[in-house]
Amino acid sequence: MKAKITITLKTGVLDPQGKAIEGALAGLGFEGAENIRQGKVIEMKLAETDENAARAKAEEMCKKLLANPVMENYAIEILA
Amino acid sequence: MKPSVIVFPASNCDRDVAVALEGATGAKAQMVWHGDAELPDTDFIVLPGGFSYGDYLRCGAMASKSPIMKAVIDKANAGTPVLGICNGFQILCETGLLPGALLRNQELNFVCRTVTLRVENASSIFTNKLDEGQYVDFPVAHHDGNFFADDETLDRLEGDGRVAFRYTDNPNGSARDIAGILNGPGNILGMMPHPERVISPLLGGTDGADFFKGIIDGAS
Repeated sequence: MKAKITITLKTGVLDPQGKAIEGALAGLGFEGAENIRQGKVIEMKLAETDENAARAKAEEMCKKLLANPVMENYAIEILA
Repeated sequence: MKPSVIVFPASNCDRDVAVALEGATGAKAQMVWHGDAELPDTDFIVLPGGFSYGDYLRCGAMASKSPIMKAVIDKANAGTPVLGICNGFQILCETGLLPGALLRNQELNFVCRTVTLRVENASSIFTNKLDEGQYVDFPVAHHDGNFFADDETLDRLEGDGRVAFRYTDNPNGSARDIAGILNGPGNILGMMPHPERVISPLLGGTDGADFFKGIIDGAS
């Protein structure tokens, strides 16, 4: 199975890169784009064939390494 | 005194801090490769500055899972003094030995200059040769030094006197101007500024030499 893990900064954590992107977009004339938050996406192929097992493994990876719960949230998508 | 410096791939202040330790103790620091599983006999551990693992994923994240870190965490929990400078501070936060995290600098710039710090806690083993309210000048050089923790954690750090140093002119957006913090028992210090870079007039200052002399006295 494939897993797609999206890691974003928690609400309330300052995102200076998001702010800079917002400023650059405004500079290009894109109006009305606000509250821009950036993050990262990690994709991987997992040996598990069961969706729940794959999700459990990805969850453990997030807890142990991929995300820092002090400042980040993560969302896991399991794709066939 | 048997100080050890942990060397990660892309540590770049490991030698500087070893020189500072040798100047303070007269003993050569033991350089310990991150891939080792065991520490040599040691009574003081430094996690040096640098860009371990290229800052991939998050600063300090990979290094905090290095084979040697299990031994460092065990030693730290048993009371051995551990000092983390810059990337070392980021690593200590990633291990959970210190609370909070170091985020990208508020203005997005890499900040590289000398800053003035106010000594907030002068009773820890690292700072008991300093005076509370004393000012020291140490350089900073980082892109991710913006200390972040939730308000409850920050209140606890302040209430327990665990803020060791504060910036007088915040260079990176750190919460409550925090430049360095202690763990609860007081045997772990993490700080973004680099005292090892000011150990001789030739390097532009000697506040770092005094700092290392003080912590070596305090820790032994």
